[in-house]
Amino acid sequence: MENIAIIGIGMIPIKANYKTHNFADMAWETVNAALADAGISIKDVDNVITTSNDFWDGRTISCMAVGDASGVREKNCSCVEGDGTFGAFYGMARILSGSYGTTLVTGHTKGSESISSLITNAAFDPIYERALGPDMISGCAMQARAYMEKHGLTSRQTALVSVKNHGNAKHNPYAQLPMDISVDDVLASEMIADPLRKLDCSPVSDGCCAIILANEEKAKKLCKKPVWVKGAAFTSDAYFLGDRDLADPRSLVAAAKKAYAMAGITDPTKQIDIAEVYDAFSYQELMWLEGLGICEPGQAASLLEKGDFAVNGKLPVNASGGLLSGHPVIAAGLYRIAECVRQLRGEAGAVQKDGAKTAVAQGLNGVAGQSHCVWVLGADK
Amino acid sequence: MARGDHLVISSGDAVQPFNYAVGLHGSKFFHELKENRRIVGIKCPACGKVYTPPRRVCGDCFVENKEWLEVGPQGVIDTFTIVRYAFIDPETGKQKPVPYGYGFIRFDGADTRFQHFVELNEARPIKIGARVEPVFAEERKGTIRDILYFRILD
Repeated sequence: MENIAIIGIGMIPIKANYKTHNFADMAWETVNAALADAGISIKDVDNVITTSNDFWDGRTISCMAVGDASGVREKNCSCVEGDGTFGAFYGMARILSGSYGTTLVTGHTKGSESISSLITNAAFDPIYERALGPDMISGCAMQARAYMEKHGLTSRQTALVSVKNHGNAKHNPYAQLPMDISVDDVLASEMIADPLRKLDCSPVSDGCCAIILANEEKAKKLCKKPVWVKGAAFTSDAYFLGDRDLADPRSLVAAAKKAYAMAGITDPTKQIDIAEVYDAFSYQELMWLEGLGICEPGQAASLLEKGDFAVNGKLPVNASGGLLSGHPVIAAGLYRIAECVRQLRGEAGAVQKDGAKTAVAQGLNGVAGQSHCVWVLGADK
Repeated sequence: MARGDHLVISSGDAVQPFNYAVGLHGSKFFHELKENRRIVGIKCPACGKVYTPPRRVCGDCFVENKEWLEVGPQGVIDTFTIVRYAFIDPETGKQKPVPYGYGFIRFDGADTRFQHFVELNEARPIKIGARVEPVFAEERKGTIRDILYFRILD
């Protein structure tokens, strides 16, 4: 594959409610932040991918409303419905087609404007499931139960993810919920849907993130510190949750294998320096780390207890604070990529992993992780 | 407008009604449920996996399922949750009473799991592996609510 680089990132702080901003306002600030970060102007952007969800936006063809603020006039603009990592994958494929030298990719969401349980309930099948009221939380609670039972994990162990990530968020100016909490605080928080307590769940959030991708020629010309895409892949599992073994994230395993093969990674535990994974719920961080091959199935909890995934551990995971500290759905995976870029450029401040050369970022789509998109990023080409 | 005074406009009570086609396989499933209190599944001719609810395509094999068979009505709980947070019932638009049990049931003879309400009963606590059976509505309309919930047997 031709070399592709990330030459700019833009984020706005994740908040519970951006009452001050409409979607285009958020896009305007984020896109300009990404352009400034890359040190380029909108004229240097050859095409645009926006990522959004019509149900969440409450608008048909929701991408159209952010076009002007994303600089799409007289450019080829397309939209991806799903997580931003999938939008970024499409943006990368467009450069690889040879038609474009650069792609601007954005992702936005506002959880605050609607009732999240109704939005996620509508992701379920209207014929067999929706009328029974399942949503993201109850669907993932059943996944948590299946995963924890399979590996004999306790709520005390999964709670430690929440403690770590909220603590990491104290160093992230973009995080919504930086908090000093203990495992006991997590276990004392309100039971939402067994075994998930309130502090096991990510909050409802608003946010917007953008990245600018470029081919090697443009990256070298435009950017002093490009971060290179070493591998990227996504795969899907069955739509019906009942068709999947919820404790076995097989589409993540498959996506990681493909991305690692592209990146030449044969031992992810040793070769990856930092990971930003989709911790919508505390147990998910552990499950996804296992799916990413960073450890064996069922082992992530004990490695977390040993401190391996802490900021000063062997392989810091969600040093940014992750989604437990702010979960703008759709934009979420792009924030993961952007946080990896900060690490690989050595710009992550108090949570910087010294000498981080290789990072993995993960995005997902669908309830309980139907599809996964894995990105391996490198400081060196 | 005063500085810092940001307006929000509500969408009001507007709704978007849909009429979802149930399709060949779902129509047969709901007919059997309504008329005969029977649960049916369909088998993949390639891998042999039995799907309930039934559908046309085996996603693993990308072949068309053909062989209908009866499954259940008893089964086992594969995983579950007890929902405790108050939320809006998509059926009624009103707050749903909590707590209630919800889980995936694997019908005897089926390979996939079927989601539904599961009773909460102190004498027979909900757990993975518990045997269950459906409690049917007396008046059935050919919808998923023709099963009221699953009763725990052991």
